[in-house]
Amino acid sequence: MANRHWMGRCIVGLAIATWLGLTTAPPPVMAQGTLRIAMTATDVPTTTGVPNNGFEGVRFMGFTAFDSLVLWDLSKADKAADIVPGLAESWQQDTTDRKKWVFKLRQGVKFHDGTPFNADAVVWNLDRTFKQDAKQFDAQGSAINRGRPTYIADNGYRKIDDSTVELTTTRPISYFPYVLTTIFFVSPAAFEKAGNWAEFAKAPSGTGPFKVANFKPRISVDLLKNADYWDKNRIPKVDKVVLFAMPEANTRLAALRSGQVDWIEVPPPDAIDGLKKADYAISINSYPHVWPWVLNQAKADSPFRDVKVRQALNYCVDRAGLVTLLSGTAEPSVGFFKKDDPRFGKPANAYTFDPAKAKALLAEAGYGPAKPAKAKIMISTSGSGQMLPLPMNEFLQQSMKQCGFDIAFEVVEWGTMLVAFRAEPTAPQAATSDAMNISLVSSDVSMVVRWFFGENSTPKGSNWGHWKNPKFDELLLKMETATSPAESSQHLAKMHEMLVDEAPWLWIVHDGNPRAMTKKVQGFVSAQSWFVDLTRVSLP
Amino acid sequence: MWFFLARRVLYAIPILLGVSLVVFLLMKMVPGDAADIMIPPEAPKEVAEMIRARFGLDQPVHIQYVRWLQSMATGNFGTSIFTNQPVGSELFSALSNTFLIAIPAVFVGFTCGVLLGTLAAFNSGTWLDKLFSSMAIAGVSLPHYWVGMVLVAIFAVAFNVLPGQGMGPEGFPGSWDQIKHLVLPVVTLSLIPMGVISRLVRANVLEILSMEFVTALAAKGLRRRDVLLHIMKNAAPSALALMGLQFGYLLGGSILVETVFNWPGSGSLLNLAIFRRDIPVLSATILVLATIFVAINILVDVLQALIDPRIRR
Repeated sequence: MANRHWMGRCIVGLAIATWLGLTTAPPPVMAQGTLRIAMTATDVPTTTGVPNNGFEGVRFMGFTAFDSLVLWDLSKADKAADIVPGLAESWQQDTTDRKKWVFKLRQGVKFHDGTPFNADAVVWNLDRTFKQDAKQFDAQGSAINRGRPTYIADNGYRKIDDSTVELTTTRPISYFPYVLTTIFFVSPAAFEKAGNWAEFAKAPSGTGPFKVANFKPRISVDLLKNADYWDKNRIPKVDKVVLFAMPEANTRLAALRSGQVDWIEVPPPDAIDGLKKADYAISINSYPHVWPWVLNQAKADSPFRDVKVRQALNYCVDRAGLVTLLSGTAEPSVGFFKKDDPRFGKPANAYTFDPAKAKALLAEAGYGPAKPAKAKIMISTSGSGQMLPLPMNEFLQQSMKQCGFDIAFEVVEWGTMLVAFRAEPTAPQAATSDAMNISLVSSDVSMVVRWFFGENSTPKGSNWGHWKNPKFDELLLKMETATSPAESSQHLAKMHEMLVDEAPWLWIVHDGNPRAMTKKVQGFVSAQSWFVDLTRVSLP
Repeated sequence: MWFFLARRVLYAIPILLGVSLVVFLLMKMVPGDAADIMIPPEAPKEVAEMIRARFGLDQPVHIQYVRWLQSMATGNFGTSIFTNQPVGSELFSALSNTFLIAIPAVFVGFTCGVLLGTLAAFNSGTWLDKLFSSMAIAGVSLPHYWVGMVLVAIFAVAFNVLPGQGMGPEGFPGSWDQIKHLVLPVVTLSLIPMGVISRLVRANVLEILSMEFVTALAAKGLRRRDVLLHIMKNAAPSALALMGLQFGYLLGGSILVETVFNWPGSGSLLNLAIFRRDIPVLSATILVLATIFVAINILVDVLQALIDPRIRR
């Protein structure tokens, strides 16, 4: 019954979305110099320099108002984004003790309140996250910053001189600069003035290309141009950006169509054709995102303990059909990385929609018409990066039926899924599910380690399915101790081949990062990244 | 009368305690707490414990409940686990935003409902009755979030005459721009009270019309207008009671309507708090809403008693 209820709401929602998309009123004129963006977040991300609301929070309230030691180059759409120097001008891994890294800090950078950024500020900010008896220790911020593995050892940071800091990791980590991209730096003086983080949130001070103003929880926040930004090539072209929290897709669509905003994140797929006809710009580009089923291998009776069943499942997804269902806002996924990525490797299995092969593999695993492979999948009604979980999973269910899978769903709300994902796959929170449809970040190499390293099984880490392969782990440690990017990529490609062939996840689609905006928004580059560079955007 | 009022206020106390207890227990039955949702497994256990200890999540439920009651009694609404902001200010702003649409919605709904219901009753059986009754049924039956979306599609997108989302500039709605933002949510929200009240008023008026005292009043030679006054006075108590209830519902904020119009009211605050398991926000919001709900009903009881002396006995 609940399912039918949701189906009904989906149909009504899609019909309205189609209508809204097809109506052909001309795009209204926008305010000059003010770019208005509707985010999918339920709330305005925290403005304290540790944004919540996941990577959307980092996208709009991280790199805009703050900087990290290492930044992303978001200026190109035709190749995967990579890191560039940020508040650190350069860095060097110690050749003898590979756990030590020295960062040379950029000179002359000032926080928005005019105080200087230097090594003391770096140490003060790291104390905020790592030193529990520091007065600036921020428990919630620490949970977010350390929730994404930082690998920084206890007392693993120190000032060498005013412009140099040394960081020490818990083990040699060749990709360490990547994990530093989401640790942002704020002005210690502004915190002293505010007295606590709740007050600081109202008048935050970072070093970013925008300054935060007019923070209205659950409604909006303004980002004002920082004309004194240290990177003269990235001084914002607009005077102001207003960010609105607008979780409902049809509301975002109506806001764009009625001229209340200039840019919306994730328009409903059904509205895309109509928006194109009404002369709105639609941006879709590849980026490192996977929409998978994470397969449970810890549950005693899970069919996915058998690699043949996992491979059969991967041969039984009509990915092209799913992409059509999503109006082309996604691309088929047959691995963690995309096929044209050098790190994809040369796996033995090239997954296509091949029910005959799937049936043969299922037969080898002991399943057949008389004994279908039964599995229960935990899916959410919505959630961060979850795309359209209900219609997409129903599509998969139908597609898999013809191969001999009998798929049932455990539908939960997003919070319940997060709780289950952080517990063991055999815990009551998992509700005897054999897999979980949870969209997980694949922004950089560190995420491969986070989701697949055998040592990271839940509840210690985020390898929820408890997939463990000693050979993979061995390669992973070699990749971490690699002394050159080429060597690291070589190991990574081999690891990835195993991820495809062993199939700890069902690879379904990569999201296409869809956005819609009025044609007056100029200069936007849809980087192959979770993040965007708002400084490039201009309005006539 | 004072005794009547005192009794009503006294009755409210166990009701409010019961409501707060039920909310607290229900939230404890949902899998996981705010810390589980907020903190990934990679974060050190001591940080998770620190957050749990700070918000008392490490204590047994009954201790958490008593502590929360104590702080509420001293006017301290607590701090949001997610945003670190004081719950009081968030709640105050959300409630005032909801008031902005709930008060006009009840006013519009009540006025139209009484008007339509009375006209339908006086024209019972005619096409006018059928038309008004259909409107009332439509008001009650149509999912109001759907009506909201249709209104947005027509007035915000197709004709672009009214904004489709948000509140516009801050502050008390004095400017035309602010008032424009109110129109669509108010109309959408007023549909249910209009339908419910119209049906009740129609039924009541019809019943009263068939009573002997109405015939007697007419026989005495009273003008039609004066007879109507007597009828309305008799129909008022139940309509008032229903209006009180409807106002209470609207103050709780219609989660769906607030979602469609992206209106930052108490419904959307509650929704967010439930999904985040943000117990300080949720409990305080529910308790304040329940208090207002009870207060409105006491007010309605008093009004009823003033209008109809039989109730006081």
